[in-house]
Amino acid sequence: MSHDHSIDPNNMPKDPAKATMEGKHKFLGLWIFLGGETVLFACLFGTYLALKDSAAGGPTTQELYGLGLVFLMTMLLLTSSLTSVYAIYHMKNNDFKKMQLWMGITALLGIAFLACEIYEFAHYIHDYGFTFRSSAFGSAFYALVGFHGGHVVFGLSWIIVLMIRNAKRGLDLYNAPKYNTFALYWHFIDVVWVFIFTVVYLMGMVS
Amino acid sequence: MGMTSAQKSGFGATLWDWLTTVDHKKIGILYLAAGAFFFLLGGLEAVIIRIQLISPENDFISAGLYNEMITMHGTTMIFFAATPLLFGLMNYIMPLQIGARDVAFPFLNSLGFWLFLFGGIMLNISWFTGGAPDAGWTNYAPLSIQSPGHGVDYYVMGLQLSGAGTLMSGINFIVTIVLMRAPGMTYMRMPLFTWTTFVTSILVLFAFPALTVGLFLMMFDRMFGSAFFDAALGGNAVIWQHLFWIFGHPEVYILILPAFGVFSEILPTFAKKRLFGYTAMVFATFLIAFLGFMVWAHHMFTVGLGAVANSIFAVATMAIAVPTGIKIFNWLFTLWGGSIKINSAMLWSLAFIPSFTIGGMTGVMLASSVADYQYHDTYFVVGHFHYVIVGGVVFALLAAMHYWWPKMFGRYLHEGMGQLAFWTFFIGFHLTFFIQHFLGLMGMPRRYWVFLENQGLDTGNWISTLGAFFMTFGVIVFVINMIYTTIKGKKAPGDAWGTGRTLEWATASPPIHFNFKQMPLVRGLDPLWIEKMEGNEKMTPAEPVDEIHMPNGSILPLIMTIGFFIASLGFIYQAGNSYWLIAVYLGMAIGLICMLIRSLKDDHGYHIPKEEVEREDD
Repeated sequence: MSHDHSIDPNNMPKDPAKATMEGKHKFLGLWIFLGGETVLFACLFGTYLALKDSAAGGPTTQELYGLGLVFLMTMLLLTSSLTSVYAIYHMKNNDFKKMQLWMGITALLGIAFLACEIYEFAHYIHDYGFTFRSSAFGSAFYALVGFHGGHVVFGLSWIIVLMIRNAKRGLDLYNAPKYNTFALYWHFIDVVWVFIFTVVYLMGMVS
Repeated sequence: MGMTSAQKSGFGATLWDWLTTVDHKKIGILYLAAGAFFFLLGGLEAVIIRIQLISPENDFISAGLYNEMITMHGTTMIFFAATPLLFGLMNYIMPLQIGARDVAFPFLNSLGFWLFLFGGIMLNISWFTGGAPDAGWTNYAPLSIQSPGHGVDYYVMGLQLSGAGTLMSGINFIVTIVLMRAPGMTYMRMPLFTWTTFVTSILVLFAFPALTVGLFLMMFDRMFGSAFFDAALGGNAVIWQHLFWIFGHPEVYILILPAFGVFSEILPTFAKKRLFGYTAMVFATFLIAFLGFMVWAHHMFTVGLGAVANSIFAVATMAIAVPTGIKIFNWLFTLWGGSIKINSAMLWSLAFIPSFTIGGMTGVMLASSVADYQYHDTYFVVGHFHYVIVGGVVFALLAAMHYWWPKMFGRYLHEGMGQLAFWTFFIGFHLTFFIQHFLGLMGMPRRYWVFLENQGLDTGNWISTLGAFFMTFGVIVFVINMIYTTIKGKKAPGDAWGTGRTLEWATASPPIHFNFKQMPLVRGLDPLWIEKMEGNEKMTPAEPVDEIHMPNGSILPLIMTIGFFIASLGFIYQAGNSYWLIAVYLGMAIGLICMLIRSLKDDHGYHIPKEEVEREDD
């Protein structure tokens, strides 16, 4: 049993994120956690679908949504998922610098997405008076999209802390699972956004 | 209860050890102790309810207090007694049964416990701060939205805290069972209690997030002025009912499946026969879990979902009787031809079979959506669910206490007191709840503060209250038994019953803190029994004696929980006074800083040297 978590470059494990027992536990644990998260978002989607037409005299979905900004947000988040894949690719090749670089790009894209979302919410509140309290539709919209935004904030904090913590010591078998679980989580956030884009915005424009 | 620690140490050190422990056995005992406390509290509330209903138009307690009493009884018993008591057993027993040295995420295990405990404390603080929640344990909107004061707020935040803890434990158990089984322990060699722990954890994983969302919406409506359940702004109160029962019905199976697992361990041990129909038992467990997610709307037959929806949910509900029936017959066939030893654990198990079957049959009656219009919200329903939850879950917990007590504490519970508690509780249980079916059929609604004279309800209610006193007596005897045993109980060897079949009986009583000196080699179902039948005194080891890697203890889970607890109090009171936002920010900061420390500080655990492992007897 080895107490040492450093990686021997001449004898690279196939997947450093799953080379230790702890890494395997984290990998499976996060997948299972995402199963629970799926139910959480499913319930929020269900609530939104039940209440989306209850505008209580306020703006409706067609009056509110603009696809331009939402398209930009979708592209930002989808691209960030792709860059996190590059980061994990470099992790498997034990190239720490490139992994940090691509994780950094992932975080920047996430921040850009978040900025757009804050702008979007501010726009709805100031120009339409559409708030969390103005109608059941408002409550359901901000709850669903806001929960997703909250997940983005959490993910960003997570990766930024990881990158700073490990900047000087490089990749080892102890921190590799941490990067890997972040990447999994980030993909999940991306998938949820694809559903929000479809169910909230696209369906909101046509109905 | 520090009898598991070998070295002598002062009170401070012992307390610190328990506050920082990540040992699954100690966390299991903490769950059991806290769950037992809440069980007594919920029981006290039940007795007060029954005293109020002992005679017509009684005024033992006021109508408002009665509403608080029924709400707190239900909430406490489901969330803070039954669930944690089962989680305590799972925590203690499951890793032993699969031959593991701890769970997959020991830190999360500790965090889960503290979140549950502080959730329970949060809920009960409401008694002292202006009134407990009073909208029923189901907390239906719009009643719960209208409920004045902060009682319902405490319900929301208390359940949110403990629900997060339960979800973590569920994930933890799944990963533990998938990845940490001893060599040779294939899935189809796992003991039934481990199987039911596994399936229950899957239910927790998919059911609790629905409650989380429901509680968030309730929190937003009550504390932040949103309009989810406010019809004036287009809200819809039925959404709460859906979310609550999408969680709530699987929750019933979260409680009963581990209970089934307990009986599936006890009956083979004391019948000296392997469990009949093991494969069918596993299959039936999965089927019940699957169907358990398809039936939530049977709690909502009278809401007006329409005939088609009602019919689908009615048929799905009735279908659950099939796998449950498979289980009942398998237990009977396990007993058939066995060399049966009767003791307290066995008495509770045998009493479970007819009691639970009665509850199951009234369940099928209730599943008929047409007839349900007659039964809905009457004492028939109260009788039904107490037959399944007391006759199923509580009987299982008491059976499990007698069965695993020697494993956990190294001493046998006193048999005479065990049987006295059994007979008084068993008779009291049927006295209390059997008559309630008839009270319900005669039209007595549930949750009413008083009933009128000369409507044929007087005698029935009197008998029901009498039964509650019998049950109280039984519980008191059991508590005395626990105290007596701790002081003077007979010492138990590792294989405490002599006929143990599964791996937990291959460890010492109580087990050493790393459970197994050497990983056992599992050669089939009931691995210890196989070894004993071949004349071996202990398990064949799967590895040489070597150093053992163990996780470090940590105080962070407790501090993190206290942070979220402070934040929850802040959320409750910030709606009326924005100074309380300070508590929100402070509490969240404490919680998040603890998470940050956990992330920044490497925690590699420690190794017990080979020499020290060799010194331990196993």
